[in-house]
Amino acid sequence: MGVSVEEKKVLLKVDQLKQYFPIKGGFFGRTINHVKAVDDITFHIYQGETLSIVGESGCGKSTTGRAILRLDEPTGGSIHFQEKDLLSLGKKEMRKTRKDLQVIFQDPFASLNPRQTIGQILGEALAIQNVVPKENRKSRIEELLGHVGLRPESMERYPHEFSGGQRQRIGIARALAVDPKLIICDEAVSALDVSIQAQVLNLLKSLQRKFDLTFLFISHDLGVVRHISDRVMVMYLGKIVEIADKKSIFEQPQHPYTRALLSAIPVPNPVQERERILLTGDVPSPIDPPNGCRFHTRCPFVMDICKTQVPELKRSAQNHQVACHIVS
Amino acid sequence: MKQFDEKILEVKNLQTYFFTDEGTSKAVNGISFTLNKGETLGIVGESGSGKSITSLSLLRLIQSPPGKITGGSILFKGEDLLTKTEKQMRSIRGNEISMIFQEPMTSLNPVYSAGEQIAEAIRLHQKLGKKEAWNKAVDMLRLVGIPSPEKRAKQEPHELSGGMRQRVMIAMALACHPEVLIADEPTTALDVTIQAQILELIKTLQKDFGTAVILITHDLGVVYETCDRVAVMYAGKIVEYTLAKEIFTNPKHPYTIGLLNSLPRLDMDQEELTTIPGTVPSPYNMPKGCSFAPRCAHAKRICEQAVPDLQSTGPSTQVSCWMFTPQWEQDHDVQEKVGV
Repeated sequence: MGVSVEEKKVLLKVDQLKQYFPIKGGFFGRTINHVKAVDDITFHIYQGETLSIVGESGCGKSTTGRAILRLDEPTGGSIHFQEKDLLSLGKKEMRKTRKDLQVIFQDPFASLNPRQTIGQILGEALAIQNVVPKENRKSRIEELLGHVGLRPESMERYPHEFSGGQRQRIGIARALAVDPKLIICDEAVSALDVSIQAQVLNLLKSLQRKFDLTFLFISHDLGVVRHISDRVMVMYLGKIVEIADKKSIFEQPQHPYTRALLSAIPVPNPVQERERILLTGDVPSPIDPPNGCRFHTRCPFVMDICKTQVPELKRSAQNHQVACHIVS
Repeated sequence: MKQFDEKILEVKNLQTYFFTDEGTSKAVNGISFTLNKGETLGIVGESGSGKSITSLSLLRLIQSPPGKITGGSILFKGEDLLTKTEKQMRSIRGNEISMIFQEPMTSLNPVYSAGEQIAEAIRLHQKLGKKEAWNKAVDMLRLVGIPSPEKRAKQEPHELSGGMRQRVMIAMALACHPEVLIADEPTTALDVTIQAQILELIKTLQKDFGTAVILITHDLGVVYETCDRVAVMYAGKIVEYTLAKEIFTNPKHPYTIGLLNSLPRLDMDQEELTTIPGTVPSPYNMPKGCSFAPRCAHAKRICEQAVPDLQSTGPSTQVSCWMFTPQWEQDHDVQEKVGV
């Protein structure tokens, strides 16, 4: 936001990332096939921006987030964070690097230990990364709770005493505890009611300004994505179909899938009548994805070339890349 | 504007309470609405507003104890469902009034095929042989747009995708041509492109069968695109009851306005979202007056002292807010909000 082209610094660079999960079966539990959750994707994130990944279930958006944190070991490709190759790091070094890479999960009920007080939960994060000396931790925790709009007394309480929105604030405080550079928000506001969701979105935006944070924001909700992002990346069945600035993706979507996705969202706007592109059928299985363009089985504009040749992600306009034979 | 004037369902002052160790929770606290033949009524609200308990109450599916319908009446074609015996209710459920739930995986039986489950529902209410019921089940699957229905009918739920399972649920719910269909968050668990397909399907089937639909949702966009009228619920009460289009162009209740403002917009940029301060009050500790008063920017003393009634503010709009009553102007004491 407000960063000119020359000043933009790449914080994270993902190259030809592949994440296959083996399917075991047969007599001896051999690997009989793979789920190609993420299949050869390349993108980067600039310092201080919010890049969103959108797509429907099974498109690989969460897997991408997990691969960057190495919560799953990627099958191929490389991930560079500030020039450092994350995939070549040993366990110990990776743990150190995770100080800079934090994550906020969707379900604030499942991601906090019910038997620890909030003070213990946040204290643990500080202790593991050892960013604050022991004697200062209590005041640091109070400060963190202040940042996310919770009272210092919350420290003594347990997760079940908080509402969903408050728990998500605790999750954010935990991510902030170690002064990270990049925070991966995996469906961080999806479980919240709209009025609470708005509060948490505003909080994330103000924290980003205050601490110069970079967000990788994973979501299926395009309204939320439009609100928070600088750039948007659309995924379908393990592939990137389009990456562009927020403005151009919402105003001039080029890939037929992006267009269908945008038109499928019910919008409460009486002024704007839209034409709906209704896709037929379901998303194919990622075990045996279609040849050529993976979207060709549902695409209303399908051509012969789409069935055989995989379209490359190509620049189609300023800050706009699309993988589609029609556009190129 | 379509005209709907034949009442099929009339709910009057419905109250469903839960009696627990922590106290009494008035989950549905005196709500009234009507449903006309062929129309779609949306019930919107956030978690804990009582919208799902309302739908379960209509079919008398509240688990008792701890829950109990403690008052009011539910008139279905003029007869009160609350006075029916359990046996009479069973012949109404799934036959005259059907329901679809949010999570099709948990409401389908995992060990029976899709076709068997639909056929079972048909045979419960109609005198049909096994073979005939099966054929009808296959017809229903075709109707809801499942490709190769003969094959799919033999498959078990785990072999179907989420969108297809929801189609099976719809097929089952509509198999007996019910007059009322209650859809409780039918598309919440689905992806947007599949959601668009399912909403379109419900709309077409409604037109073909003339079914009246109650659509329970938290998504205002869904309301706008599918409903004729809408009731907004907050803390067990209806706060606004009006035409679906009206609620977006001319919302009245401060809660409705707050809800609309906190939606991130797809059609314009906003630097910051307007939020509703605070959270929903605990059901065991409701405020004495209007339950929205502690979060409302306009609240006066009267709001904290007495509960406002649902009153007409126009030909098809009802609002429960003191702002729209004569008493409002007389109350000059604007409360200072502390900590909001």
